[in-house]
Amino acid sequence: MNTKKVVLSFPPSTVEDPIIYHLIMDYGLMVNILRASIDAGKQGRVVAELKGDDNQLKNGANFLESKGVEIEPLTEEIRHIEEKCTSCTSCVPLCPTGALNVDRETWVVSHDADKCVVCLSCVDVCPYRAVTAHFQ
Amino acid sequence: MAKTIEEINEKIQSGNVVVFTAEEVIDVVRKKGTKQASREIDVVTTGTFSPMCSSGVFINLKQDKQKMKLGGGWVTLNGVQAYAGLAAADIYLGATALPDGDPRNNNSRRGRFRYGGAHVIEDLVQGKQVLLKAEGYGTDCYPRKWREQMIGFDEMNEAVLFNPRNCYQNYNVAVNLSDKPIYTYMGKLNPRLGNASYCSAGQLSPLLNDPMYRTIGIGTRLFLSGTEGYVAWHGTQHNPNVPRLENMTPRAGSGTLALVGNLKEMDPKWLRAVSFTGYGVSLSVAVGLPIPILDEEMMRFVSVSDADLKAPVIDYSRFYPTGEGKPRLREVTYAELKSGAIQLDGKDVPTGCFSSYQKAREVAEHLKSLITDGRFFLSCPVSPLPGPTEEQGDLK
Repeated sequence: MNTKKVVLSFPPSTVEDPIIYHLIMDYGLMVNILRASIDAGKQGRVVAELKGDDNQLKNGANFLESKGVEIEPLTEEIRHIEEKCTSCTSCVPLCPTGALNVDRETWVVSHDADKCVVCLSCVDVCPYRAVTAHFQ
Repeated sequence: MAKTIEEINEKIQSGNVVVFTAEEVIDVVRKKGTKQASREIDVVTTGTFSPMCSSGVFINLKQDKQKMKLGGGWVTLNGVQAYAGLAAADIYLGATALPDGDPRNNNSRRGRFRYGGAHVIEDLVQGKQVLLKAEGYGTDCYPRKWREQMIGFDEMNEAVLFNPRNCYQNYNVAVNLSDKPIYTYMGKLNPRLGNASYCSAGQLSPLLNDPMYRTIGIGTRLFLSGTEGYVAWHGTQHNPNVPRLENMTPRAGSGTLALVGNLKEMDPKWLRAVSFTGYGVSLSVAVGLPIPILDEEMMRFVSVSDADLKAPVIDYSRFYPTGEGKPRLREVTYAELKSGAIQLDGKDVPTGCFSSYQKAREVAEHLKSLITDGRFFLSCPVSPLPGPTEEQGDLK
C-alpha cells in the first residue's frame, strides 16, 4: 500500500461528475479529502490523500487525467520562504500537524512538507509573509 | 572592585575586553559566582528582533531648483501618506500608515495589510526608489505647488529612524477565552485557549538585563538595525512602577526606550516590514544593547535566565479590549513559554512568539564581535531613565 498526497484541479466540465466516487468504487482507492473548494468559474480543487497499491494508484491517475483533472504532488502547495522567515515561531502553535516546527536548540523554524496537509492556517498568520500557498 | 565605562572602553581599545552575550553569561555566573564573574567580565550584550508599531522615519527632502513647501501640504510615498505638518522639506512617515485605497478591515473581511509605511521604509533600506507625490499651497519663497518623482536616499538630506517606543521591558502573553478566533497585534488567537502568543527575547532582552536602568539611559549607544543608534529618551508608556520579582525584573510590561538612528546606514537584513492580518502594518528592527558590568550587582542582573523571568497571561478577547473580566489568568516563566506549551485551565496551550529568539541571538553575537574587534565603544548615559518612584501598584 502506498499513500500519495495530491492536489487535484478539476476543469469546469467535470463539475457535475462524481469523480471521487469513481476513484473509490472503480479503482479501489481510499480517498481522504483534506480540503476542497470550487470557485465562481466552476474550477474545482481538492487536496486529498490517495491510498492504494501501485496499480490502483496508476490506474486512478490515468482515469483522472482522462477526465482532464490535473494532478500535482501536494508538497508544492505550501512554500516556506527561508530568506523571508525570521524564525519568530508565531506560526508554530497554529500548525495542526507540526509541519511548521522550531528546533528549540537553534531556534530555527522549518517546514516539513511530508507532515503538511495544506490547511492554510499558516498563510495569513505569518507577519513576514514567509509562508505562501501555491495551487497553480 | 567597581569598573567604570571609561575603563571598559580602554580595554576595548587595547583589545583586552571580555564580552559575553546575556545567554552565554548565565552558565558562566552559575559556575564562577557573581563576584568572580564580575571581576572577569566587562560587557554583556543583549539583543532583540521584534515588531514595534511605534516606529517611523523623519525625512528631509532635497529641494529642486524651484523650491516647494511641504509643511501644511499633502505628501505620499508609494501611495502611503506621510505627515507633512513640519517645516518646508521635512516629513515623518509612520510604520503603520496605510495607502488611501487599502480596504483595511472593511467589507466584513479581515484586512491583509500587504503594504504600508513600514514597507516604504523597508523599500528605501533595500536601496529601492519610491514614488513621491507632494502637493503644497505655494508661497513667495516656496512657489512650487506640485512635485512627483521617484526618490531614494540620494534625494534625501537625512532619513532618521525614530521609534518613540521600543524594547518593552517584558510583555503580556496573549490568549483568547472566547468561542471565535480573534486577530490582534499578538497575531491570530484561536478560540478556547487554542494558542498563546508572547513577544520578548526573555533572557536576551535588553531591559530585562538592566531591570532598574542602572546603565541604560539617555545617550546610551546601541546597535540599531545594522548601524549605531542611541537611546533618545525614555520610551512612551515607560512605567517603572509595576510590581517586580526579587531579582527586580518587572512582572508585566514596564520600561521602554525611545530610539534614534540613521536609516541610510541600516541593513535590510535587520529591518523588516510586517503585516498582521486583521490588525495592520508594523516594523521589526534589531536592537542590541551593551551592558557594562560595573560591579557585582550588574553581574547578578545580567545573569537572569528564562526561568527567572515571568510574564502575565491576558485574555485578549475580553480583558485587554474592554477591561472587564479576570485581569490575569496566570503568571508564566519564559522557560515555560519557550518549552512550546503552557498549562492553563488544565490544558496544554501551544505557544508562539513574535520576537525572534534566533535573530536576538544573532544580534547579541554580532554586537559582541563588534565590541571585541574594537569597532563599538560604550557611551556614558547623560541622564538616567525614570526609575521606580512610588510603591508598586497592583498587578492588573
